[in-house]
Amino acid sequence: MKHLAACALLSLALAAPLAAQDVASFEKRTSVHTLGNGLTVVVCERHEAPVVSFFTYVDVGADREVPGITGLAHMFEHMAFKGTDRIGTTDYKAESAALGKVEEAYRAYDLERRRTVAHDETKVKGAEQAWRSAMEEAEGFVVTNAFPELVERQGGEGLNAFTSSDETAYVYSFPANRVELWALLESGRFLHPVMREFYKERDVVIEERRLRTESRPIGRLIEQFVAAAFTAHPYGQPVIGWPSDLQAFSATDAMEFFKNYYVPANVVVAIVGDVTPAQVFPLVEAYFGRLPRQPKPEPLRTVEPPQRCERQVILRDPSQPIYVEGYHRPAAGDPDDATYDAISDVLSNGRVSRLYRTLVRDKRVAADTGGFNGFPGDKYPNLFVFYAMTTPGHKPEEAADLIHAEIERLKNEDVNDDELARVKTRAKTELIRSLDSNTGLAQQLATAQARFGDWREIFRRVERIDKVTKPDVRRVAQATFRLGNRTVGVVESTQMATAAAK
Amino acid sequence: MNLGQCLVAAAATTTLLFPGSAWPQTQDVGAIAIPELRSFRPEQPRLVTLPNGMVLMLEPDQELPLVRGYALIRGGSRDEPADKVGLVSIYGQAWRTGGTKVKGHSGDELDELLENKAALVETAGGLDATSVSWDCMKGDFDAVMGIVAEMLRTEPVFPQDKIELAKTQISSAIARRNDDPDAILRRESRRLVYGATSPYARIDEYTTISAVTRDDLVAWHRRYVHPNNIVMAVWGDFDARQMERRLRQMFADWPRGTPAQEAKISVPAARPGYYLVEKDDVTQSKIQMAHLGLRRDTRDFYAIEVMNEVLGGGFGSRLMTDVRAKQGLAYHVWGGLGMAYDYPGLFRVGMGTKSDTTVRGIEALLAEVDAMTQRPVSETELAHAKDGLLNSFIFRIDSREKVLHEEVSDYFHGYPLDLLERYMDGVRAVSASDVTRVAREYLHKDKLAVLVVGRPSDFDRPLTSLGPVTKVDITIPAPSDASAR
Repeated sequence: MKHLAACALLSLALAAPLAAQDVASFEKRTSVHTLGNGLTVVVCERHEAPVVSFFTYVDVGADREVPGITGLAHMFEHMAFKGTDRIGTTDYKAESAALGKVEEAYRAYDLERRRTVAHDETKVKGAEQAWRSAMEEAEGFVVTNAFPELVERQGGEGLNAFTSSDETAYVYSFPANRVELWALLESGRFLHPVMREFYKERDVVIEERRLRTESRPIGRLIEQFVAAAFTAHPYGQPVIGWPSDLQAFSATDAMEFFKNYYVPANVVVAIVGDVTPAQVFPLVEAYFGRLPRQPKPEPLRTVEPPQRCERQVILRDPSQPIYVEGYHRPAAGDPDDATYDAISDVLSNGRVSRLYRTLVRDKRVAADTGGFNGFPGDKYPNLFVFYAMTTPGHKPEEAADLIHAEIERLKNEDVNDDELARVKTRAKTELIRSLDSNTGLAQQLATAQARFGDWREIFRRVERIDKVTKPDVRRVAQATFRLGNRTVGVVESTQMATAAAK
Repeated sequence: MNLGQCLVAAAATTTLLFPGSAWPQTQDVGAIAIPELRSFRPEQPRLVTLPNGMVLMLEPDQELPLVRGYALIRGGSRDEPADKVGLVSIYGQAWRTGGTKVKGHSGDELDELLENKAALVETAGGLDATSVSWDCMKGDFDAVMGIVAEMLRTEPVFPQDKIELAKTQISSAIARRNDDPDAILRRESRRLVYGATSPYARIDEYTTISAVTRDDLVAWHRRYVHPNNIVMAVWGDFDARQMERRLRQMFADWPRGTPAQEAKISVPAARPGYYLVEKDDVTQSKIQMAHLGLRRDTRDFYAIEVMNEVLGGGFGSRLMTDVRAKQGLAYHVWGGLGMAYDYPGLFRVGMGTKSDTTVRGIEALLAEVDAMTQRPVSETELAHAKDGLLNSFIFRIDSREKVLHEEVSDYFHGYPLDLLERYMDGVRAVSASDVTRVAREYLHKDKLAVLVVGRPSDFDRPLTSLGPVTKVDITIPAPSDASAR
């Protein structure tokens, strides 16, 4: 405790008049630069500690997958940790030739395997053996996990990535003295990715599917639920991919996908922490400037057609009941966005929310319940989803009835003044709470910049929520929560639980 | 200063227009200059002990206009009676939802009062402590802290309807506890190592929940919630001396109570062997093998930190490299020797693998345990592990909140407050032979309880091909007649 006096003095000095949480303050410490090849970089200074967080947003997710390659965006995300022509190999030239042979052998095997006319199991086995031998040869050149190990050894923190229906994102943090190292590594993996150990990693991904989707009732339900809610749009396809596609797609498919969608104009990089734009922009220019300019892919054609009838999926499972229902709503950026946010807040935020009070507190029908926007993504028209996890002895229909009663109330009566005021106060406060980490900020800035062309959307969203009126809520609720616009998903228990202990 | 740094400096003073490709760049990781990291020393929290024994740890941080904090109170679920498991969990919910006896501060009224300000006050029950926490805008601090003080210093209401609500919530979790294979694995693996009735592994049941009465909650509160059992952490936008004065006004005249007794809990001998939970609706087996670990005050703490990094610390670790990347057997694979503050943690190694590689997966994990004790850690592995820990250490201290949490936790458990400062030196001193030595000393393949949650008819080989198998019954006991309905 010997530093107490010094601490107190320093903290007084740090009590700067600048309000760190308003848009004016962010204007002063946030800069945007677009490279000649179309890649955008957002830098936000936050000098609290000598650390920097990086967030690479790629504007492609499962949304660009078609039948046959579902799961491929996520698969590529995994492959972006496998290194480059310079990292992860003992001899790239020889490895590259060996990988070419793997692809040839895989193509031959895959065709034999999927042949329905004159299918010959002996030929399949032979082709499989040839493919496995080719893989073994290629693996001789691999330095396994060289890329992530390098990042971690240099102090990389939180190295990870995720793929959604809307986007693929890559994230980690470094001590502030390693910004150039990050620029080299991050641009390198999108300049020259190498599909080494592709088919082993495919097995890892299939394992991920077993974990997330197949072995949990909620995973099984959600996959069926979105497939029912979307008949045309890719939102109906699982991000993890269908098993048949995961068992079939190739490294060649992955590189094709990469070439089409990982174009610089589709990428926004956010850098937040102990850096300055003057330091960072030249580095990004130099390293990311190496990525060749290509046209931005044309927008997705398919739009989910209006829903004409209620749809329902029922899973009979040896687990406890789950209830979900979804209603189609417009994409993010719609003028009614803020109203949808307000509705979600009134229904589900905290112990004063309507769904909690009715389903959890008063009727004790659900242990958990809510209503939220943006499922499974929000780049395109998506779903407003209600859910309830019922308590022992209660059936999903009871939860459904109570949810529907709350929806009717929203359509037929104005929300009260306190509720609307709370929504607005909460939006402001939650924004402030979200500004306290470099990684969180980097994600928000990159996502807003990519999605709306301006990081300031983070703040504008709150301003728009502040303008939501009671009639807005009724109008949007009436337009959205209609029977014909509803998809229901239920897990019905095949072993109804015993009544609750009292 | 190298060329790169010169150019950065030049750019900083001149312009934000860039020469594009003129910037010198390298393709070679080794050629990148890594300047010295600017020296950074996190500010220590201000530690204040009130005359009544209550401890305050204050960490000003003016970046955002928020004030947040929590009070940790000694006594947790490991101290509750065996026939009332779940008491602390019910207490942790009903304390807040029931509110206080002050007029206008019933639980439901507090909900509105706080949420109108977008503020939070929450209570919770844990293994070795209960807590009251808060989070509010600095302008609301007086009002919110007034509620926190009231919750600590006056007897909670614990109205029957909120007790029932908590019981319903917990019963629902009991009913759902076999729906998630990971949850089954974590729970049953602990029960195998610590013993099913151990306070470190026992679980609540319908009967133990229904046995809890309002009197139990009141008695718990009277027994534990005294200033001399409390460490309070506060961080955010305030001046430390003013905050100290304010909290002294609120808590200095609160009389001492009986101090909480240290938990004296024995741990059983190992029950090695193969155990099976049959679950029909899965395509993947969850595997965890475990035996007792150590306490954090072991003299081998740093060597074990390095060993854990080598074994399962990151993408570059042995488990991720061998089991995931090279064999493609798992998406999720984990392992390490756990060190808890005041009881032995768990040494555990585990994975999820498709049903028809279950036995192969077990063998792969056992091989990794063997390798840890038999294959000496190479100098390269050691260097990777230590570099990783040392270079990323900055992320343990890069916010005042993180430093505060860690120091509060150390202090609460009777550990010195300079552990963070000593960490890097401790890791630097670890040698390859230290790591090999601790692996041999503390990892015991013959003591592992190997648990599988899965669908045996789909396994590659019967589990019995590895040894005798004990089936674990996870059927949820029904409520007793007296308590049903």
